[in-house]
Amino acid sequence: MTLLEVAGVSKSFPGVRALDDVSFTLRPGEVHALVGENGAGKSTLIKVLTGVYRPDSGELRYRGEPVSFAAPMDAQRAGISTIYQEVNLVPLMSVAQNLFLGREPRNRLGLVDRGRMEREARDILADYGVTTDVRRRLGALPLGAQQMVALARAVMIDAQVVIMDEPTSSLEPREVQTLFGVIRRLHARGIGIVYVSHRMDELYEICDAVTILRDGRLVHTGELAGLERIELVSMMLGREMSPARRQGFTAFAGDHDADDTAPPILAVTGLTSRNRLHDVSFDVRPGEVVGLGGLLGAGRSETIKAIGGAYPIDGGTIRVDGEDLGRPSTVRAVAAGIAVQPEDRKAEGIVAGLSVRDNIALAVLPRMSRLGIVSEARIDAIVQRYMTRLRIKASSPGQLVGDLSGGNQQKVLLARLLATDPKILLLDEPTRGIDVGAKAEVQSLIDELAGEGLGVVLVSSDAEELVEGADRVVVLRDGAVVGHLTGDRVTTEDLMAGIAAAAAPSEDPA
Amino acid sequence: MTPLALATRPAVRSWLPDYGVYLAIALLILYNVAFTPYFLEWSNLRIQLVQVAPIVIVALGMALVIGTEGIDLSVGSVMALAAALIPLYLGYGVAAAIVVSLLAGVVVGLVNGVLVARVGLQPIVATLAVFVGGRGLAVVISDGQLKEIRNPGLINLGSGDLLGVPVLVWITAVLAGVVAFVLRRTVFGRRLLAVGGNRRATELAGVPVARVLITVYVACAVLASIAGLLSVARIQSSDASAVGLLIELSAITAVVVGGTPLTGGRVRILGTVAGALLMQLVTATMIKHDLGPSTAEMAQAVIILVAVYVARERKTR
Amino acid sequence: MTPALLTPPATGAGPRGGDRTDRIVGVVQRQGALAVLVAVVAVALAVFPDFRSLDNTGTILVAAAPPMLIALGMTFVILTGGIDLSVGSLYVLGGVLAAWASRHGAVAAVLVPLVVCGGIGLLNGVLIARTRMAPFIVTLAALLGARGLMRALSDEGSTTYLVESDTFGRLGTGSLLGVGYQVWLAVGLVLIGMLVLARTGFGQSVYAIGGSEDASALMGVSVRRTKVLVYVLSGLLAGLAGAVNAAKLGSGVTVLGAGMELDAIAAVVIGGTLLTGGAGSIAGTVAGVLLLGVIQNMINQVGDLNSNWQQVISGSFLAVVVVAQTVLNRLRRVQ
Repeated sequence: MTLLEVAGVSKSFPGVRALDDVSFTLRPGEVHALVGENGAGKSTLIKVLTGVYRPDSGELRYRGEPVSFAAPMDAQRAGISTIYQEVNLVPLMSVAQNLFLGREPRNRLGLVDRGRMEREARDILADYGVTTDVRRRLGALPLGAQQMVALARAVMIDAQVVIMDEPTSSLEPREVQTLFGVIRRLHARGIGIVYVSHRMDELYEICDAVTILRDGRLVHTGELAGLERIELVSMMLGREMSPARRQGFTAFAGDHDADDTAPPILAVTGLTSRNRLHDVSFDVRPGEVVGLGGLLGAGRSETIKAIGGAYPIDGGTIRVDGEDLGRPSTVRAVAAGIAVQPEDRKAEGIVAGLSVRDNIALAVLPRMSRLGIVSEARIDAIVQRYMTRLRIKASSPGQLVGDLSGGNQQKVLLARLLATDPKILLLDEPTRGIDVGAKAEVQSLIDELAGEGLGVVLVSSDAEELVEGADRVVVLRDGAVVGHLTGDRVTTEDLMAGIAAAAAPSEDPA
Repeated sequence: MTPLALATRPAVRSWLPDYGVYLAIALLILYNVAFTPYFLEWSNLRIQLVQVAPIVIVALGMALVIGTEGIDLSVGSVMALAAALIPLYLGYGVAAAIVVSLLAGVVVGLVNGVLVARVGLQPIVATLAVFVGGRGLAVVISDGQLKEIRNPGLINLGSGDLLGVPVLVWITAVLAGVVAFVLRRTVFGRRLLAVGGNRRATELAGVPVARVLITVYVACAVLASIAGLLSVARIQSSDASAVGLLIELSAITAVVVGGTPLTGGRVRILGTVAGALLMQLVTATMIKHDLGPSTAEMAQAVIILVAVYVARERKTR
Repeated sequence: MTPALLTPPATGAGPRGGDRTDRIVGVVQRQGALAVLVAVVAVALAVFPDFRSLDNTGTILVAAAPPMLIALGMTFVILTGGIDLSVGSLYVLGGVLAAWASRHGAVAAVLVPLVVCGGIGLLNGVLIARTRMAPFIVTLAALLGARGLMRALSDEGSTTYLVESDTFGRLGTGSLLGVGYQVWLAVGLVLIGMLVLARTGFGQSVYAIGGSEDASALMGVSVRRTKVLVYVLSGLLAGLAGAVNAAKLGSGVTVLGAGMELDAIAAVVIGGTLLTGGAGSIAGTVAGVLLLGVIQNMINQVGDLNSNWQQVISGSFLAVVVVAQTVLNRLRRVQ
C-alpha cells in the first residue's frame, strides 16, 4: 500500500514548466530521498505535496484517497508535516511554547497549564536527544536541537508523512547522527519520510528509495541500494554514462591560451567561513576560466560571494594581482577589479524597478560623472556599447529591467559587471533560467572575455557547461576542495567521479 | 506574486497612483472656480501657497527617505529644534542663526542615518527616539516660551515678496528643483534609487550603501530644519511646542498621495509637491464651505488610507 | 579529508559560552527597567525629602494610571511587531466622549468611549491585518481621524463638556483603602493582561506573531484575528484611560493628550519589550511607566526645571534601550 502518491503531476509558472508529468510514491516506513539540482523541481514538488501549490494537472493521493489541500495547514492537519531548511519556529519563544503553540495543555480554568506543558515537553524532547531546559528561548539552542524541536512538533501532531528539506545543511556531524537516530525510530513506527539532501554519504546511510528530478522531469525512481553513486550523480547532472564528447553541447570553443607561467591574477588561500567553507584555496591566471564543481550546498556560491566581499569569512586571504585585498567588502572588491554575478539574479543582481540604462551604469557612476553630476552622454556611450556588444534586446535603454526576459536581464547584469573593466569575473550559474539562444551567447561571451585576458571563475550545475567552459575545475564538497581536474581530466566523468567519491581522502589531487 | 498577474493587472491600478493626484487637483480647482467665491483671487492663492510651503519642503526630504524604503518620523521634532535654536543665535546675526539651526538638522540626520545604515535598525525604530525626545528638547531649549522674532532679515524671508511672489514660495520652488535635479542627475540620486529598489544588489555592485543612506537621512533632516526656520520666519515667533506638530503625517501623506511607493526604488518629486498641494486644497475647500478643520482632518485621514491602499504592493516585480 | 575535519573544532566551546551571554542578556532585557526604577527611586528618596510622603506616592500612582492603561494596550500591539500611534488621539476622544455622555449616566459615560475607541481600534486592526498596510501609517491616519472626530464633537475645540454624573465622577476622585479607584482599575487590568498574555492561547499567539509571522502562520496561529484583537484592545484601553481621566478632571479636556502615544511607546520599550515584537512583558511595561512617572515627579519637585525634560529623558532612554537591544541581540547571535 502507498502512503502518499502523486501521479502525473504538472505545474507551470509563467515561462517555466516547473514540474512535467512527475510521479512519486511514498510507502509507510520508507525514507525516500528526493534529489536534483537547483531548478530540478524538488521544491515545487514539495509544495504540491504540502498544499502550498495546486498542480495544474495530475493527482495527489493520500492513503489511497485523492486529496486536494487548499493550504499548508490542511495538509498538516491531515498528517503531512514539513521541516524546512530554515527552522520554521519562533526563536524568541521558549522551547516548550514552540512545541505546543496552538495546542497548549489547559488546566480546569481553561488557562495554559505551564507546569504540565513543560513536563511534557521535557519528556517528549528527551526522546529526541534534547535535554535542555525547555523554558529557554528556542533561538538560544544549537541549530541541531532546534531542528529536533521542529521534528518533535511535526511528529506530535500525528504526522504520517514528514518531509525534510535539507535538514542537515546546518548541522554538525554529531547532530546529524542524532537526527538519523530519530529518523530510524520514525521509520520503525511506519511514518513515511521524504528526505531532501545533496550529501551523498547521508543519502546512502539513511534512505531506502530515491527519486531523481531534473529540469522538472522525473529521471529515475527506485531502490537506492542498487544504485551506484556515480550513476546517481550523472542522472542528477544530466549526463548519461556514455563517454561524453569533449565538444558540441555548448557554445564554448576549445581551451583558452592562458599562459601557465603568468602570475595568478586571483589567488585565494585558506578561505574559511564557519560551517560553510573550510580552507578553500585556488588560483586563476589571466585568460583562464576556472570552474568550481560540486553539488548544491558544496560551497560554490559561498566561495564566490566571499571573494566578492559579500559573504563573511573567518580566515583566508584574497590577492588580486599579488595584492592582498585585506578585509573583504563589496566596495573594496569592486574597486580591486572583482566583478560578481550572483546566482539569484532577481534578489541580488538586477534592480528590477530601474531602467536598463541605470542598471548598466550603476557600478560605474563615479566614472561617468564630474563633481557628482552624471554625464548622460558618457552613460549613453557605455550603455550603447554594451547593449550592442551583448546584443541586449530591450525596446529602449529606458525600459525597466524587470520587464525583460531572463536572458536579457542576465545580459544587463553582465553589462554592469563589464562596464567596471574588471580583471576577474566571478560567474555563478550565468546561464540558468535563460533561453537557449541567450545561453549560447553568454557562453561565447565568456570565451571572448577570457581571450581578452580576464580571469574567470565559473560555477555551473550543468556539468557539460562547466567542463567545456573551464580550462581547469576545482571540485568542492561540503565547503572544502576535494579535487582538481586539469588537462585531459577535465571531463564530465572525472567531475562526477570527483563529486561522487565517498568522503574519504581524495585520490585525485591532480 | 507571479509575473503573469502583473502583466494582466488592470491598467488603471498602475495609472491611478501615478496621475490620480493631478486629476484630483484639477477637479478640485474646477469645483472651486465654479463654487467658491474669490478662489482665484491672488491673495487667496498666496495664502494657500505660503501655508503649504513648509509641508512641501519636509515632504521633499521624506520622499528621498521613502525612496530608500525608509521612513523618518523625526521631521516634526527637527523643525521644532531648528525653531528653538533660532532666537538663541539671532544675536550673532541671521546667518549664524540659520547655520546653527541647519547644523541641528545635520546632527539629527547623522544619528538617524547611522542607526539605520550601520546599527541596522528599522527606519521607523531608528527615528522614533528623536520623534519622542526631540520636541521636548526643543521646548527645553526655548525654556517653554514663545519667542517673538523681530529680525527684519528673517521676517523678510518669511513674509517678503520677490517679483510679486512670496520669498517662501521661491525658496520652496528652488528646493524642489534642487532635489529633483539631485535625484535625476547626480551619482547620489541614482544610487539612492538603486538602494531603494534592491539594496542587496546595489551593495554587490560596489556601491557604498551605508554612506548613501546616511546622506539621505541627513538631507531629510536638513530640509526639515529649513522648513522649521522658515516657519519661524513666517509666523514671526518661535514656539517649539507647536512648530511642525504632526508634519510627519502631512509629509508622508504628500509623498504617498503623489505616487511615490512606500516600498522604495521610485521617487516622484513633482507628484510629492502636487500631493501637498492637494491636501492643502482639500482643507481650504472645506473651510471655505464652512466645514470645520475637524471635517478636513477626517477627510485627510481617508485620503491617506486610500492612497496607501491603492499604492500598496506596487513595488515592481 | 575526513568528516571530523569538516567542523572546526573550536565550535565545541561555542554553545556553553553563548549560553551564558544569552542568560545575561535575557536578565538585562527583562529586569533592566526595574533596576533603573529602583535606582531612580533610591536617588529620589535621598534627594527629595517630600518624595517619600504617602501623598506623593499617591500622586505618582494616580498620575500613572491612564498612561499605564494606554501602555498596557501598546504592549500587546508592539509584541505583535506593530505600533499604534492613534492612542493619544483616542485618549483625548475618550475623555470628551465620556464627559459628553455622562449626562446619560455613568454607564453611558464608560460605554460610549469604549465603543467608539474600540471601533476605531477595530478599523485599525482590520486594515492592518487584511490589507497589509503598514501599522504606523494606518494608525497615523486614525490619529488624524480621531482628532477630527473629537474636534467635531467639541465644536472645533470650543466646547468643553463637564462631567454631569456624580457616580462617574467618583471613578476619578474616589478611593478605596486610601488608594484611588483608577489605580485599582489599572492594577486590576494589568493583572488580567498578564494572565491573558502568559496563560491563554491568544497571549501565545501574540508572542508568536511578533517573533515570526510566517512561522506562526505555518504553525496554525490565526495571524489576522490576533492582529485585529490587539488593535481593538489598544483602542479600548486608550478610550478607557480617557474616560478615567475625564472623571478625574471633571471635564473632557480637548488639548491634553497629544504625545501620549509616544510616552506609551517609550514606556513599553524602556520596559524591555522589543520594538520589533516577539519578546517583552507587561511587568516591564509597568516598570517603564512608573519609571517615567517618578522622573516626571522629580522634575516637578525641582520646580524651576522645565517639565519637557521628561520627553528628552524618554527619548534618550528609548534610544539607549533600542541600540542596546540590537547590540545585545547581535552578541547572542554571534555566540
